[in-house]
Amino acid sequence: MSKTRQAGAGMRYTLGQFASHAFLLALAFIFMFPFYVMLVTSFRAPQELFTPEFNWLPQVFTGAHYYIESLTATPVLTFMKNGVIISLGILLVQLLTAIPCAYALAKFEFRGRKLLFAIVIFALTVPIQVPALPLFLGLNAIGALDTYFAAMMPFFLSVFAIFLFRQSFKSYPDEIIHAARLDGMSEWAILWTIVVPGSVPAIAAFSVFSLTSHWNDLYWPMIVIRSNELMTPPLGLAYFADSESGENYGALMATATILTAPLMLAFLFAQRQFIRGITMTGVK
Amino acid sequence: MSAKVELENIEKSYGATQTLRSASLTIEAGEFMTLVGPSGCGKSTLLRIMAGLQPQSAGEIRIDGTSVDHLRPRERDIAMVFQSYALYPHMSVEQNIGTPLRVRRLPTAVRLPVLGRLVPGQRTARREIQEAVREVADQVEIGHLLPRKPAALSGGQRQRVALARAIIRNPKVFLMDEPLSNLDARLRVTMRGEITSLHRRLGATFIYVTHDQTEAMTMSDRVAVMMDGEIVQCASPQELYTNPQDLRVARFIGSPEINVVSTEETARWTGQPLPDGIAHIAFRPEAIDFTPKSAGIGVDARLLRHELLGHDVLVFLQTDQGTEVTGRIPAAQWSGLAVADGQIAFTLRPEALLAFDPSGKRAPLPFSPDGMMPADRMLSHAS
Repeated sequence: MSKTRQAGAGMRYTLGQFASHAFLLALAFIFMFPFYVMLVTSFRAPQELFTPEFNWLPQVFTGAHYYIESLTATPVLTFMKNGVIISLGILLVQLLTAIPCAYALAKFEFRGRKLLFAIVIFALTVPIQVPALPLFLGLNAIGALDTYFAAMMPFFLSVFAIFLFRQSFKSYPDEIIHAARLDGMSEWAILWTIVVPGSVPAIAAFSVFSLTSHWNDLYWPMIVIRSNELMTPPLGLAYFADSESGENYGALMATATILTAPLMLAFLFAQRQFIRGITMTGVK
Repeated sequence: MSAKVELENIEKSYGATQTLRSASLTIEAGEFMTLVGPSGCGKSTLLRIMAGLQPQSAGEIRIDGTSVDHLRPRERDIAMVFQSYALYPHMSVEQNIGTPLRVRRLPTAVRLPVLGRLVPGQRTARREIQEAVREVADQVEIGHLLPRKPAALSGGQRQRVALARAIIRNPKVFLMDEPLSNLDARLRVTMRGEITSLHRRLGATFIYVTHDQTEAMTMSDRVAVMMDGEIVQCASPQELYTNPQDLRVARFIGSPEINVVSTEETARWTGQPLPDGIAHIAFRPEAIDFTPKSAGIGVDARLLRHELLGHDVLVFLQTDQGTEVTGRIPAAQWSGLAVADGQIAFTLRPEALLAFDPSGKRAPLPFSPDGMMPADRMLSHAS
């Protein structure tokens, strides 16, 4: 019923809508094209790469050849394991610290609350490059360089998460928190079993943001990670591209595909959950 | 299971603004006490202070004679029902109602989200809670809704869940913060009856906050009228209506509003100046009597309009001095009424008049109650 109505509305697209869709399609093409080249290069023979004409499909299909080469010749799975450990570790500590901070800033009255929140906002403007050197020296001093801890530590406290969760918690009805207090819950129980489930969309959105940025981060791992067995996916890829298979574009692209696949797939699957999470909170 | 609640000189200020100034009130065990007043008068703040959700700036709260000021909300043995229902949105009705018992009866480890299920020796406690939830849900007729989420319930059903969550703990004191104001008019009448019968059945102390005078008048044993952060008068509903101690109370209670006329005008009606110390004379719409030649103070007025309410008729009049007054008479009497040229005369019985001093406080009536004489022979007594 509603489908036919939607189709009916589709017949009446205006010129403006056509223009905006054409624009969006063009943008989508620009963003998708590098991924397409990555994918198609991982399946074609090396001699096809430097021919003057561009073919959309490989002339010689190499199949899983470069993938097998990539998995056997380089420690791709180790890179991925490191990526999972580091990005999940960061996310876990970020949530454990930011959620209580944000709750206190959102719902408690105390002296200095405004100042603390102002500091949070201010800290949002400081990029990682600014404290990089002191952090490096500090980690070196405690002998923690080239460890998982060194790769994770600077990101444990996320002011962005505090800011985001504070906004989300602030809109949580006070009366429900009051009811929970009268029902006898402790403040920790109220936070984790009442308020947090009401902020799942904000937490999920932040989790995606945090996981992607730390899975893809090259800057900080490059500074603190030296050993091959601790390398994160982008660092491993960069190392692999430089040293061992600088000429082997097929294997390089296969490795890149393998390393970006988890995030891409997670996004494709999580997308529906997200939309549901966001629409569910609309119901009070 | 009920408790006496005493409030002594409770004050509350936010910075420079004082929302409560010296509110004192004693609520007897098992009483249904309503705090009523216009919005912003501090009644909800007072309720939150009783619950321990906000600290007072000064004053003491005693429950059964012992001070509870240092106790946290959970330790005060008080349950509260909120205007917005305040149900936990992600829990089912059953979990919502069971929460107070789960928190009190199950140890912390058992209440942990997933791991809690693995802790041994909790089956009996869980079953008891489940039975209690079912029993209470049946009491408020929501037994069939237990698996649902609050979002899938109507306003009335949500309010019943909130009531059930309050009842299940069997507290000595119930606090209700405008629990009916989000419901539609018809449902409100039903729930009014249900809350009063709940009060009778439980025998607990009920403290009910509302801005709706009908709720206050129909449900309560006593009503405390709050204005500007003070309790102006606390009395039975009937007493508040017939014997208000403050002009603001007189105006707030009763619909249509009480008629207020100046002393100058009253003096012209009676032909006698009124003594100093009296600034306003007020009388209820029922005090206006259109029966010809009845004893009392005679007043000439012009008929502005009338409203038929079925059983009663509201008559809107303007006196010769320009003051508008409202009368309420039975419909049968209205149809037999003679209105010539829009002019109509009415009489007021002197004992139905209320006198107030310039600050709005009740003053003794300057008319002799036994002098039921025509207006021109009224005697005035200086007081």
